[in-house]
Amino acid sequence: MKLGVLFSGGKDSTYALHVAAEHEEIVCLITLVSKNKESYMFHTPNIELTKLQAEALGIPLIARVTEGVKEEELKDLEQAMAEAAEQFQIDGVVTGAVESVYQSTRIQRICHRLDLWCFNPLWKRNQKELLKELVGRGFKVIISGIFAYPLDASWLGKQIDLDLVDRLVDLENKFGISPSGEGGEIETSVIDAPMFSQKIEIADYCVNAKGNSGVFIVKEARLVPK
Amino acid sequence: MILVVDMNCEKNSLGYYEFVLPIISIISEIDECKAKHFMDLRSEDTRQCNGMILSGTPLKDNTTLSQLDNFEWIKTWDKPLLGICAGMQTIGLAFGSRLKGCIGIGMTQINTTKENLLFSSQFMAYTLHNFSIIPSGDFDVLAESPQCVQAIRRKQRDVYGVLFHPEVRNKEIIQRFIYAFNDHRRV
Repeated sequence: MKLGVLFSGGKDSTYALHVAAEHEEIVCLITLVSKNKESYMFHTPNIELTKLQAEALGIPLIARVTEGVKEEELKDLEQAMAEAAEQFQIDGVVTGAVESVYQSTRIQRICHRLDLWCFNPLWKRNQKELLKELVGRGFKVIISGIFAYPLDASWLGKQIDLDLVDRLVDLENKFGISPSGEGGEIETSVIDAPMFSQKIEIADYCVNAKGNSGVFIVKEARLVPK
Repeated sequence: MILVVDMNCEKNSLGYYEFVLPIISIISEIDECKAKHFMDLRSEDTRQCNGMILSGTPLKDNTTLSQLDNFEWIKTWDKPLLGICAGMQTIGLAFGSRLKGCIGIGMTQINTTKENLLFSSQFMAYTLHNFSIIPSGDFDVLAESPQCVQAIRRKQRDVYGVLFHPEVRNKEIIQRFIYAFNDHRRV
């Protein structure tokens, strides 16, 4: 089966890609660049990094801009998926949905309309186990956005390691924050992964944070040998 | 031991992670669990288990509905059995029910129509189906959505089918199924 991955460049869609690639052929990545920083559907910080990630993966990228208006952005996604279906003859798509019924319902409906298979290989996974698995399998993931109390600017740009996983799980116990950030509490960017032929080096960045909300903005990045 | 039957169109499919693994996770908190693809079911597997759950499949995968030869055993099955989505459709067809086109994607209101061990009253559940069934006389209807039959039970038997996916937002239904037929594990 030829599949496209709905790809944000964050840990979940990148890991879903790896799982899917063990079973099926991944022929394209589909990315929506949302102008709305509070998009319900799409991961937003550093979405520009997806171009470097796609290059490192050696998989073509279909990137489309959406205004990011709730529900309207789904039409933009449907359009991008239809383009992928035509251009790459995909049979279906893969998403990184773990818990969000909101997200998966909407993508399943689009797939149904376009007659595409829909796969969610991380669906219902235990989030702590998922994070540990990512670290264990050599994914290098940085925190690129924080959007909930008591997270603050000190978390931005940090690479997720086992200690950080424990700290996130601790926050789940105390504050109900989803450790994998699927409630939108944190956003992540993958700078290296097993399928990457090269890794991403961040040459320049800035942090834009206020209180418990902030983003780590990559201003300049490049691919370097692993 | 509870046996989970992988109803995906092929072994080691990508659908396994989404439709089989979440059921295994719920069972493993309570009981021993083993998974087998429906093509690989052997009599020793079915002999060893205390009960069985048939998984769902991706929306586009209706393979088991045209491969009923692989499910002849359901007709004489005498242990607890729960079919989820494609699993319920397959159980229904094995006993002469008919498929009815009915699309359901997302959270849906389920209304209990007959008292049973697994659920009661009204509740919301996650659905992902192209078909429901028109049950044959072998079944009682246990629940409906505004669109179609959502749960059945074979009369006088511990054979259940739910069209919705309890592993997504109603895991207590799977827990009750296991507890109901494993008294020693009841909490």
